[in-house]
Amino acid sequence: MANDSVKLSKNLLRMKFMQRGLDAETKKQLEEDEKRIISDEHWCLDLPELKAKENLIIEEKSFVPCEDLKYGRMSFGGFNPEVEKLMAVMNPKDEEEKQEEEEELSHMQTDITDEEMALRYESLVGSMKRKFAKKRERAAFNEDDVNQNAADSKKVFLKPQD
Amino acid sequence: MVSGLKEKVGEVLLPGDEFCFEAEDTISLTEQVKPEKVVCGPGLRRSGDRLLVCKSGVLRHKQPNTFWIDSQQRRYVPVKGESVVGIVTAKSGDVFKVDFGGSEQASLSYLAFEGATKRNRPNVQVGDLVFAQFLIANKDMEPELVCIDGSGRANGMGVLAGGGLLFRVSLGLVRRLLAPHSKIESDLKQLFPCELVVGMNGRVWVHSCSVQQTLIIANLLQSCDTMTAAQRRELFRRVQQGVL
Repeated sequence: MANDSVKLSKNLLRMKFMQRGLDAETKKQLEEDEKRIISDEHWCLDLPELKAKENLIIEEKSFVPCEDLKYGRMSFGGFNPEVEKLMAVMNPKDEEEKQEEEEELSHMQTDITDEEMALRYESLVGSMKRKFAKKRERAAFNEDDVNQNAADSKKVFLKPQD
Repeated sequence: MVSGLKEKVGEVLLPGDEFCFEAEDTISLTEQVKPEKVVCGPGLRRSGDRLLVCKSGVLRHKQPNTFWIDSQQRRYVPVKGESVVGIVTAKSGDVFKVDFGGSEQASLSYLAFEGATKRNRPNVQVGDLVFAQFLIANKDMEPELVCIDGSGRANGMGVLAGGGLLFRVSLGLVRRLLAPHSKIESDLKQLFPCELVVGMNGRVWVHSCSVQQTLIIANLLQSCDTMTAAQRRELFRRVQQGVL
């Protein structure tokens, strides 16, 4: 067609239905034009850029973080158990106290000696074995049991005395 | 500046004293030393690069770089995050007005209680005591209290119910009571089973098994203000023995 003779106006080219037929170059040009118009409309002041200076002084208005003050609720002698629990949660512990507590814990761990533990497990072995045994094996256990105390465990109806 | 501040630790400073950043503090020939940050607590104010003293008192220091002025004052000034004991003075629509001993009454929303919803209002009456913390504490705005923390838990805040006695002590004594390894607290622990709520505004609420014990504790705490450690120990010992 006669491209030179018929030149479409910019406003027409910007319309939605004209966008499809445009080639890449004209599209870009149009966009640039539009951007320039927008940025021209924005105001800006001719100022030197504000320097974000690092602030070395931090203000803190409260005594609480400075003096490591504790939480304001306290209960003594088990008067309010809920508050005593809360005290333990809210008040961060010092290193000394932590160490003391750890020592206590290690004492507690030696409350039950290894021998006691072994003794207890000795009696548990039988019942745990029964629990994990298969059905047939379990039957064998029961038979053993029955054989062992067959004589005295036979249940007999006892006539109540008048 | 840090070295200048450290020299003055333990000395009395007056409003108007100032500390400046000195050039020698930060310039080093061998390597670029990153200047240290300084935390200035109550009584110190930042003004550009300078640090100004705005209350008279003793300069205190805590590792690594915290400085503050230890001073006595009568008036409580609200600070964001501090917890106080307040008295509900009015109920108006959505907010309660709470008197906490400051220059202005604080507002406390009815939704700022644990478990409160629009339908389920908290049971707060005029005259009730509340233990709450400041959400907004600004010199230009009305202070605002809440009875929940950031996650919506009460954590011991809320209405103080079930009797007890409220009294005032000095702001300095409150700080001594709440200090870690507080001697007063450990002395008090040995007396009776009791419960204390200590607000940073100088109000203390005591509750114990009997009225008599509550009164004894209140009187002891109020007299702690003007006693030396030795006098206090002696008095506590006598109370424990049942002389008083």
